[in-house]
Amino acid sequence: MAEDIKLMKGNEAIAHAAIRYGADGYFGYPITPQSEIMETLMEEHPWTTTGMVVLQAESEVAAINMVYGGAGCGKRVMTSSSSPGMSLKQEGISYIAAGELPCLLVNVMRGGPGLGTIQPSQADYFQTVKGGGHGDYKLITLAPASVQEMADFVGLGFDLAFKHSNPVVILTDGVIGQMMEKVVLPPYQPRLTEEEIREKCPWATLGKPKGRKPNIITTLELDSAVMEKINEKLQAKYRHIEETEVRYEAILCDDADYIIVAFGSAARICQKTVELAREQGLKVGLFRPVTLWPFPSKELNYYADRVKGMLSVELNAGQMVEDIRLAVKGKIPVEHFGRLGGIVPDPNEVLEALKKKCF
Amino acid sequence: MKEEIIIAGFGGQGVLSMGKILAYSGLMEGKEVSWMPSYGPEQRGGTANVTVILSDRPISSPILNEYDTAIILNQPSLAKFEQTVKPGGTLIFDGYGIPNPPTRQDISVYRINAMDAATEMKNSKAFNMIVLGGLLKIRPMVTLGNVIEGLKKSLPERHHHLIPMNEQAIQKGMELIVKIN
Repeated sequence: MAEDIKLMKGNEAIAHAAIRYGADGYFGYPITPQSEIMETLMEEHPWTTTGMVVLQAESEVAAINMVYGGAGCGKRVMTSSSSPGMSLKQEGISYIAAGELPCLLVNVMRGGPGLGTIQPSQADYFQTVKGGGHGDYKLITLAPASVQEMADFVGLGFDLAFKHSNPVVILTDGVIGQMMEKVVLPPYQPRLTEEEIREKCPWATLGKPKGRKPNIITTLELDSAVMEKINEKLQAKYRHIEETEVRYEAILCDDADYIIVAFGSAARICQKTVELAREQGLKVGLFRPVTLWPFPSKELNYYADRVKGMLSVELNAGQMVEDIRLAVKGKIPVEHFGRLGGIVPDPNEVLEALKKKCF
Repeated sequence: MKEEIIIAGFGGQGVLSMGKILAYSGLMEGKEVSWMPSYGPEQRGGTANVTVILSDRPISSPILNEYDTAIILNQPSLAKFEQTVKPGGTLIFDGYGIPNPPTRQDISVYRINAMDAATEMKNSKAFNMIVLGGLLKIRPMVTLGNVIEGLKKSLPERHHHLIPMNEQAIQKGMELIVKIN
């Protein structure tokens, strides 16, 4: 066995990956089922090795505003929470998106609405990809389906955040956060020095050298004509991201009669459903959006010309199904199957739903 | 090779850690592994369970509704999981925790009086390792050597002096397990 293969929870993988990808700061507040992220960071005490700051804030609202401040300085900063905590952070997220600041947000979803349950859910899809906070903004949203992807998407997330000057969300749930699997962690990458940050992020508010105008990060603009221009610039950036950053995985879709569309933990469950269906001679494939925004609409539309129907399987009452329907433009029926409030369906249950709704 | 296992009992019986040691042992053997716990408040005294999958091939769903092997350590868990064992599968139960034994005829049923043995050894913490020994006797899915390696990986170093005791408990379990159906 190679020495660098480890066995750990998805939450732990995120913490280790953050240190190794050279994160400058983590600010959070504990909530099940993601508390292992901060616990692992505290155990690893990276402030004594890489110099990374790990801070338990007094609340989720404080944590997201610390991220806002850190991001404004061009630092690689992140926070994590679970559904009710993410709701508290939405005001700050809107400000960070408006300020076009890079940062990484992790939501290990649990069942809602309200305080809800601590069991897994995907009911924050709308909140994450459609807004959540106020105003016209978008968050690049990555949906990991394994512990390995939890680690990998920390690096990818920071890269995308800085490439596009935009917040990135890792949208996952209690299944992927709590389960243990094999993972290969990335090699240690040093944190950027202040000089490197000044060079890569000329907008960063790190202190004004002589001969340069002050950098100002603000989201306030009382002149609507200017505010419209700011919005148009944001929208142009979003269109560019939609053109360039779509990621997905298509498993056995090319000869399929029906395609299951699922992300994250639901995609793992449905992968087994596909195996079971194929054993019974049913030609079923799995389409897994990896980026939930930008959504792989063109790719789903491509398959809509080749299959008889699609089934969206989500741990919610039907959220992503709306984006699939928009993507396929009415060419084929798109059904939904979901369990609610923290109940996770098993592969056979999904197969039965597929047979009932599609075949 | 693919083994889909559910381990279920009271919180505090070492259900999750037994699953963890099994998963680490699988890792030592170079297998694909997944360990999916129940993580609710049941960890503090109610029922706790963990699904462990060991496989030569990548694992799709970490969540299952039927298992090759069930290790059941209390009566409420038997009610919940007896019917989830695949026909021809294996069910192991602790005689002390389960006064009303399983009734299925289409699976292999084994009893292990692990709680009694742990009490006799004056070491209640050996309980889950005794059960693990019983499992390995009838389903040798990982080698004893790799279990010891797995223990070294999963236990913090300050607890490594307990490994010989754990090995004894595993040996004890191998002797104790009896087939009843």
